[in-house]
Amino acid sequence: MWGFLKRPVVVTADINLSLVALTGMGLLSRLWRLTYPRAVVFDEVYYGQYISFYMKRIFFLDDSGPPFGHMVLALGGYLGGFDGNFLWNRIGAEYSGNVPVWSLRLLPALAGALSVPMAYQIVLELHFSHCAAMGAALLMLIENALITQSRLMLLESVLIFFFNLLAVLSYLKFFNCQKHSPFSLSWWFWLTLTGVACSCAVGIKYMGVFTYVLVLGVAAVHAWHLIGDQTLSNVCVFCHLLARAVALLVIPVVLYLLFFYVHLILLFRSGPHDQIMSSAFQASLEGGLARITQGQPLEVAFGSQVTLRNVFGKPVPCWLHSHQDTYPMIYENGRGSSHQQQVTCYPFKDVNNWWIVKDPRRHQLVVSSPPRPVRHGDMVQLVHGLTTRSLNTHDVAAPLSPHSQEVSCYIDYNISMPAQNLWRLEIVNRGSDTDVWKTILSEVRFVHVNTSAVLKLSGAHLPDWGYRQLEIVGEKLSRGYHGSTVWNVEEHRYGASQEQREREWELHSPAQVDVSRNLSFMARFSELQWRMLALRSDDSEHKYSSSPLEWVTLDTNIAYWLHPRTSAQIHLLGNIVIWVSGSLALAIYSLLSLWYLLRRRRNVHDLPQDAWLRWVLAGVLCAGGWAVNYLPFFLMEKTLFLYHYLPALTFQILLLPVVLQHISDHLCRSQLQRTVFSALVVAWYSSACHVSNTLRPLTYGDKSLSPHELKALRWKDSWDILIRKH
Amino acid sequence: MLCASCRLLAARACDHAARPAQSPGPRAPLQWRELHFPGYPELPSCDSLAGRLVRQSVPPGRRATRRRGKMPPATGGGLAESKLRPRRGRCGPQAARAACRDVAAEAVARSPKRPARGSRRFEAAGWWALLALVTLLSFATRFHRLDEPPHICWDETHFGKMGSYYINHTFFFDVHPPLGKMLIGLAGYLSGYDGTFLFQKPGDKYEHHSYIGMRGFCAFLGSWLVPFAYLTVLDLSKSLSAALLTAALLTFDTGCLTLSQYILLDPILMFFIMAAMLSMVKYNSCADRPFSAPWWFWLSLTGVSLAGALGVKFVGLFIILQVGLNTIADLWYLFGDLSLSLVTVGKHLTARVLCLIVLPLALYTATFAVHFMVLSKSGPGDGFFSSAFQARLSGNNLHNASIPEHLAYGSVITVKNLRMAIGYLHSHRHLYPEGIGARQQQVTTYLHKDYNNLWIIKKHNTNSDPLDPSFPVEFVRHGDIIRLEHKECPVKKIWRWEQKETSRNLHSHYHEAPLTRKHYQVTGYGINGTGDSNDFWRIEVVNRKFGNRIKVLRSRIRFIHLVTGCVLGSSGKVLPKWGWEQLEVTCTPYLKETLNSIWNVEDHINPKLPNISLDVLQPSFPEMLLESHMVMIRGNSGLKPKDNEFTSKPWHWPINYQGLRFSGVNDTDFRVYLLGNPVVWWLNLLSITLYLLSGSIIAVAMQRGARLPAEVAELSQVLLRGGGQVLLGWTLHYFPFFLMGRVLYFHHYFPAMLFSSMLTGILWDTLLRLCAWGLASWPLARGIHVAGILSLLLGTAYSFYLFHPLAYGMVGPLAQDPQSPMAGLRWLDSWDF
Repeated sequence: MWGFLKRPVVVTADINLSLVALTGMGLLSRLWRLTYPRAVVFDEVYYGQYISFYMKRIFFLDDSGPPFGHMVLALGGYLGGFDGNFLWNRIGAEYSGNVPVWSLRLLPALAGALSVPMAYQIVLELHFSHCAAMGAALLMLIENALITQSRLMLLESVLIFFFNLLAVLSYLKFFNCQKHSPFSLSWWFWLTLTGVACSCAVGIKYMGVFTYVLVLGVAAVHAWHLIGDQTLSNVCVFCHLLARAVALLVIPVVLYLLFFYVHLILLFRSGPHDQIMSSAFQASLEGGLARITQGQPLEVAFGSQVTLRNVFGKPVPCWLHSHQDTYPMIYENGRGSSHQQQVTCYPFKDVNNWWIVKDPRRHQLVVSSPPRPVRHGDMVQLVHGLTTRSLNTHDVAAPLSPHSQEVSCYIDYNISMPAQNLWRLEIVNRGSDTDVWKTILSEVRFVHVNTSAVLKLSGAHLPDWGYRQLEIVGEKLSRGYHGSTVWNVEEHRYGASQEQREREWELHSPAQVDVSRNLSFMARFSELQWRMLALRSDDSEHKYSSSPLEWVTLDTNIAYWLHPRTSAQIHLLGNIVIWVSGSLALAIYSLLSLWYLLRRRRNVHDLPQDAWLRWVLAGVLCAGGWAVNYLPFFLMEKTLFLYHYLPALTFQILLLPVVLQHISDHLCRSQLQRTVFSALVVAWYSSACHVSNTLRPLTYGDKSLSPHELKALRWKDSWDILIRKH
Repeated sequence: MLCASCRLLAARACDHAARPAQSPGPRAPLQWRELHFPGYPELPSCDSLAGRLVRQSVPPGRRATRRRGKMPPATGGGLAESKLRPRRGRCGPQAARAACRDVAAEAVARSPKRPARGSRRFEAAGWWALLALVTLLSFATRFHRLDEPPHICWDETHFGKMGSYYINHTFFFDVHPPLGKMLIGLAGYLSGYDGTFLFQKPGDKYEHHSYIGMRGFCAFLGSWLVPFAYLTVLDLSKSLSAALLTAALLTFDTGCLTLSQYILLDPILMFFIMAAMLSMVKYNSCADRPFSAPWWFWLSLTGVSLAGALGVKFVGLFIILQVGLNTIADLWYLFGDLSLSLVTVGKHLTARVLCLIVLPLALYTATFAVHFMVLSKSGPGDGFFSSAFQARLSGNNLHNASIPEHLAYGSVITVKNLRMAIGYLHSHRHLYPEGIGARQQQVTTYLHKDYNNLWIIKKHNTNSDPLDPSFPVEFVRHGDIIRLEHKECPVKKIWRWEQKETSRNLHSHYHEAPLTRKHYQVTGYGINGTGDSNDFWRIEVVNRKFGNRIKVLRSRIRFIHLVTGCVLGSSGKVLPKWGWEQLEVTCTPYLKETLNSIWNVEDHINPKLPNISLDVLQPSFPEMLLESHMVMIRGNSGLKPKDNEFTSKPWHWPINYQGLRFSGVNDTDFRVYLLGNPVVWWLNLLSITLYLLSGSIIAVAMQRGARLPAEVAELSQVLLRGGGQVLLGWTLHYFPFFLMGRVLYFHHYFPAMLFSSMLTGILWDTLLRLCAWGLASWPLARGIHVAGILSLLLGTAYSFYLFHPLAYGMVGPLAQDPQSPMAGLRWLDSWDF
């Protein structure tokens, strides 16, 4: 027990000073004057508003990616005590005193700084030399675009940190553990960390999926080799596979759900994006619709007063509506109408959106006691609350969609046009056990009894006579399920007043209160996820948008910020030496690999087996990483910017020293050649340093350059450097 | 059925006999036990052993050549052999199998108790008879009631019309390459259709016009799908029952049937896809005899079919991809074979490049050459193409035209956007509606030639008429500030309003454009050419220094708005009804150089200038080829679904979620509904899952080094190799649709469905055999196999009997009604019949 007293207590510290130095330099380059400029820079205007929403706990919807990235940024705001009160309205606006700029920018900057030692470790884990590893880290250190991107409140550096580097590094560590100590503590640690890093990456941007797939692919190939290893017992192989499946498949899914869980827990107040979500979702938020719908009766009964919202919600979310005006006798194009009361879809809350569900067999418009709930398949009439005319459709062409039937509120003109106002209720999402029409939860279709047409929102805007509201039609040929034919009850109360006058008063008064309605997490998650994927913003143009082809050779840049008075400015502009040599290294790598492969196929082995394996693994991870982070952009139709290339660029930077070392080790035949080659590499690196230093004023934006100097920096005609005229 | 399984037996027996021959070295005696099949007790032993011994003495490198020399077996005699020859000669099995087949043949031939020649002949005859039966059945089902309904169904309105265009030599534009429509036109021409039917809309009666020829041609090609699939599967699995099953699935699929019966591109496309697949498989099995006549035949046939597939629709790219992958794998394998010299490998490579790249490209280009040659008259497609292209169409106003070469003030011009399929700068006497920018006259682009496309180019600061003969001619130069005045229609009395004609200037200002909110609105403004400074534009030639004149047609010009600095362009978006669904014109503040903001001058009228002939502008053939591809690709990606359209999603397709209505709506109409036979389709779906499952089990077992019994190993090879190839085909023809942004329809799935049916055939046959193998006793095992295949065959046939009204058409009440022929068959609510 006291044994340790008998021997001296020895702490052996194994400190890799170069690693420490790299970390220090990384921190210095990323954190130096972090609060400068104290103004909104480029996309900070975009992410900033979401941080404010987090601080104020207001629900929002952003289709650019899952919430983890925004949460990381918001964490910075939380640590700095940000109250969310800042109007993020334009780039270049000065930050007010309550915005903790330093802590907001701290996390991305830390991620950027840690990328430097991380690159060092990755190359080392790929079994390349210390020199190559130092090279990779030093390139990361001086790459201007990475510095710019990580010094601001943007997500790319976090993304690069997590998925490019952490996921790859931990997988490599795990893979190296696999050889000597499977199922050891560190084995488990690195395996789990791979899964966690992957899910974080996917949680920041959907882009992360591509690297995740790459890591999964490499893991699958390794697992396949494991299966083929007949020295292992079946049980052992099974355990290996199970551990991988849990760490690389289950953990990411669980974490991904967790991000959304936290997101939905944090954001419980209604906000500006409510309209996009379904009524049920809105009702689960505090304020907004929840205030209105609280305490509504759940089951719709005959005599209920309801508002009906279209589920499709395109082009705008709207409610079934009618008003006193009638359809014009003759349309502009000469067709005739029934001249009955207009029925439209109206995108605002209005007293004219109220309808009463009436039993066709009785004459009362109030709910009897006990209420008789409406069920799937029941025949109903829908009576417009204020005008007491009932919803009708007939074989008259609709105003804008002549293939469909007109829908009107029936007026009896005593001409040969009888009322056809019976509708059959179909509950689309009815459960197996219950078929009662429920407020908010039920999605229903109204099928016309005489013509079997379905009540549908056509999406067209009526002309001036219809006040530019949306057209409602009876669709005769309804094929399958479509949101535009489905409705749900949003506001609901039991009608109590017999008299029309009283009823009008009742309709004008707000609905009554209480009982909250909870939606399960999975339902909310799936809806949110679905909307995020389905949301399409149509701004397809931006002054600084670029195409993927321009990225490889750095033919484009983005002006992030310009000082309001001087010509100090920040640009996203890479170190062109590194970009070009990165692309060159990639080409060399592919050509060399092809050459080796062909030769090996003819049984000529140029490389020793272990060098070959090393070369292949490095290539699959780095060149493959570049490919999966770059090529998919050619298929995307959204607006693309230069910063989308940065993840791919980091992989190129990792590949560079690998290729250089390979050339020096295997292609330089004599010592002399090797020396010359090393000298060339040193010269090349110093030129990269020089370029980096020259572009420094545009990276940090700390120095105001004269127009002449700025012109001198414009090395490519396509670079857009801002020059003040005076 | 009986003779089929007999033959199978022989094939199997021989396979086992040959197996040891491939792997020299000691053999486990265990494997020999497999050979004792009750039907042929003494078949293999001594003879095959002898053959094996001969083989083993040959050094492995030269084995192939030796085998090639042996191919027409010298030992075997007489009629039986020669009867069999056609099959073996044309599609020799793969290298491994080839050996065994030889052995079997020799064995049979030399066997002292040789099974009578008659039975061999009977067997071969049976083989041909089966193929004939399958083909006949396919033709019979496809041609049955081909003439009904006698009106236009669904897309016949497009493709029939395009066939007529070929007959009339009228130029048109379509998003697909021309081969399919050319063939339809040819079929129509040969069958006596004169191209006069208008093909206006679905439902129009054909009346006296002859349409059977075109339908018959499509049905003819569509009928070949079944025998092609049959032969492909037969070659991949070496099993008649698998091939029969596949043939039955395709014959009895109502979807394939419906799609083959009308004037559509799909039967033609699928014909070429299947032909390419078949010839690729055949050529693979000739791999042991490279550079022989059948080898060349199948290789070049593959190339021809690829050209055909690509020439009909761009979907043909997928089969090209499949053949490409197969070829690369093939070459990789050859390259790794150290017994082959590099020169031989080079020969292989050259042969493939010639047959699979050069030949198809040449044929594909040739179809376009014919296309351009045949369509020589101006027609509805002109506006999609560039001015130079139009100059070669007779009837077009640019044809043989001569116009002044350089732009001068006072010229009347039309301005065309350089981007394909955007059209001419256009304005008309309608204002932008209330609430959309300023209420001024609309400016759009319009694809068709029209008087409203005319503009007069004027100096910005004077309003005097430059055509006044007293003024000297002044050319417009790069960098000049100009005004574009809209030339009003010559006043015709057809206009209902007789107001004073005014001409407006092209104008832009800081109002957002109607659709692209970030751009500025472009309007027509001013009275009789008097406007304000917002009407001034700087005209610039792209990549040009200041001061040069501007050439008609040749110069690529931009218009830069002087006040706001934005560039005139067209966003390519379609305006709503108020804009007559023409395309939006905006002034974009982003100075990026895109084709959308570059224009050229097309028509040019200026009486003061001398005219030059336009013939020098005629584009060369490669330019025309390139341009028509650009237009097609743009057109294809432009087929975006509108917001409220019911569109089909790729995940709907394999589950047969929703059909397509070909004809008829109400219960009194003649209704045809394109829907797959649900039994077939759901069986296919099940098979894919089963395949993935069984395939991965086998693969893992093999990777773990499990020692499979010979027969199982054989079957799993069929499953992994043959099935894998077909599965790859299915994947390539299905999954890319998930990435497509254009509007998709159900019928896009049918090429994939062909592959999935082949997979089903192979899978069930193999699984049943494996099952049978698992059961020890032979008669029972064989019984299971036969019963399984038979019940699948009968099941599909019966389901076809149930669902055939979908394809052959039905009249009477809809399926909800118990009186209907389809009552009770509407298994999914989304089916609409």
